[in-house]
Amino acid sequence: MYEHFNHQADIGIKGIGSTIDDAFEQAAIGMMAVICNPRTILPEKEVKIFCTAPDEEFLLVDFLNAIIYEMAVRNMLFGKFEVTVKGDCLEAKAWGEKSDPQKHQTAVEVKGATYTELEVKQESGEWTAQCVIDV
Amino acid sequence: MDTKQLKQISQFCFELPRTGKMRVPGRLFASSELLRDMDEMVLKQVANVAALPGIVGASYAMPDAHWGYGFCIGGVAAFDPDKGGVISAGGVGFDIACGVRTLHTKLKSDCLKGKEKQLADALFRKIPAGVGSEGKVHLSAGQIDDMLSGGAQWAVENGYGTADDLRFTEENGKMSGANPKYVSDHAKKRQRNQVGTLGSGNHYLEVQKVVEIYDQKIAKAFGIEKDDIKISIHCGSRGLGHQIGTDYLKTMAQSAVALGIDLPERELACAPINSKQGQAYLAAMRCGINCAMANRQMLMHLVREVMAALFPGSHIRLLYDVSHNTCKLEEHSFNNKTRKVFVHRKGATRAFGPSSKELPAEYASVGQPVLIGGTMGTASYILAGTDVSKQIALSSACHGAGRNMSRKAATKKWFGKDVVRNLAANNIIIRSNSMRGIAEEAPGAYKDVDAVIEATHNAKLAKKVAKLIPLICVKG
Repeated sequence: MYEHFNHQADIGIKGIGSTIDDAFEQAAIGMMAVICNPRTILPEKEVKIFCTAPDEEFLLVDFLNAIIYEMAVRNMLFGKFEVTVKGDCLEAKAWGEKSDPQKHQTAVEVKGATYTELEVKQESGEWTAQCVIDV
Repeated sequence: MDTKQLKQISQFCFELPRTGKMRVPGRLFASSELLRDMDEMVLKQVANVAALPGIVGASYAMPDAHWGYGFCIGGVAAFDPDKGGVISAGGVGFDIACGVRTLHTKLKSDCLKGKEKQLADALFRKIPAGVGSEGKVHLSAGQIDDMLSGGAQWAVENGYGTADDLRFTEENGKMSGANPKYVSDHAKKRQRNQVGTLGSGNHYLEVQKVVEIYDQKIAKAFGIEKDDIKISIHCGSRGLGHQIGTDYLKTMAQSAVALGIDLPERELACAPINSKQGQAYLAAMRCGINCAMANRQMLMHLVREVMAALFPGSHIRLLYDVSHNTCKLEEHSFNNKTRKVFVHRKGATRAFGPSSKELPAEYASVGQPVLIGGTMGTASYILAGTDVSKQIALSSACHGAGRNMSRKAATKKWFGKDVVRNLAANNIIIRSNSMRGIAEEAPGAYKDVDAVIEATHNAKLAKKVAKLIPLICVKG
């Protein structure tokens, strides 16, 4: 499950899941939902993503920025993610297709994931992973 | 915002006195009404910036200030490299050198009559806009480096414009001290297909009509008359700038702790200017500035092609090109002593007055054009820099209307097609690939640009010269 929260100029995303992996996957879907409706994206092509960072919060920002980079250089949108976080490493697969403004009704390009409102935590068995996205 | 802790200095200037870790006071320029409606976070961010090492003068907020990343949007601050001053990736932002370029067309509004839709369609076809749009020019790695070193000068040398365009661009179109060696391959790859593209979000290309002149003398120097058709381009350094921001924010945030810099929020990530990391960011950020100026130059070239085909009587010349997300080395006076400082302007426009030596001869006696974009449905303004602004705000002014509503709230309130219909009723033609994008950018989601301009003018940050209304808007 993901949620969006308000930031005056931009938008916050929050991924919620039973594991940190789920929370990161949902945060990624939440970010895609800022751009378009993720359900309109067909999982035609798989792209692999690797990140390392000193802690889980930096790892979330790195992961989201890696997705932004792959979208930009491949001109793709992603609608499905599979994430494995192991210590300070993250391995992920992202599935998507070429961006088509008419089909996907892309609202806005994402410039970068920020450290604003950045938080990754586990509370009562539930993981949340959130930050503000600059658009 | 709660204004109780502010001290009113003049009708349009308020001081946030030094408390806690603040090294200098805060200075907010606004009317009481704009101030009251500002987000509480603006005050917090002004105070946080005031606590950074080597800050001089004050931590400033312009009348369109709102909650940003580390710095507020509309934040201005200068740092002295000889006093341990820092440079902050968050203080420049992701969209390095985002700015406005306004063009003369030599056309009056009657020339457009009956051809508005044709022009809107032609511009929309020609200008790559929106998510994933690709430019017509695909650069090799070597060419990217040349563009990053050469800026708009590179673009002109490669056939995208005239030498005269450069005279009316900040830094004559080429930011010196740019070194592509400090820009990651990731950043360069992100730009490969995005050269000469508009981007999305609040970026646009607008055909505008001059409806009011406030200062005849300055308007004459700028070449502005009532009923003129002007074209304005608002965009920045595209993927390259965004990636430079991402790369350096990360390294600065991680190394600030090791350098003993106390960061009230991670987004204030910074490094001493006189450090290896500070110099590396400076060299990379300057590449971002060149990328943005080259990008706007190439978009201007596309506009020239469209206008030459549709309006043989038109003549596209540059009025001015000015960025509003930068950090620049400038001379300013503090306690009657001139110092060379690095001025961060995050969502603030440089506004040099007539005494500046960096203006083209035509503007030397009146000050620099300060180009302020509105929204799809509201006016844009051209102002002129003042010498007073140099004394009170490091030669800075506002940059736009500033949002007063989140994107999420905007999509809940409006449908894109209704926004388009309402604008059409006011004779404004919108072209965009995305109805949702239009809803997010609805004019109602922004502050009243007229109030921001009044406050800017009355605070003497810049002087009102002309008001322009949109006729055609190509949205990114």
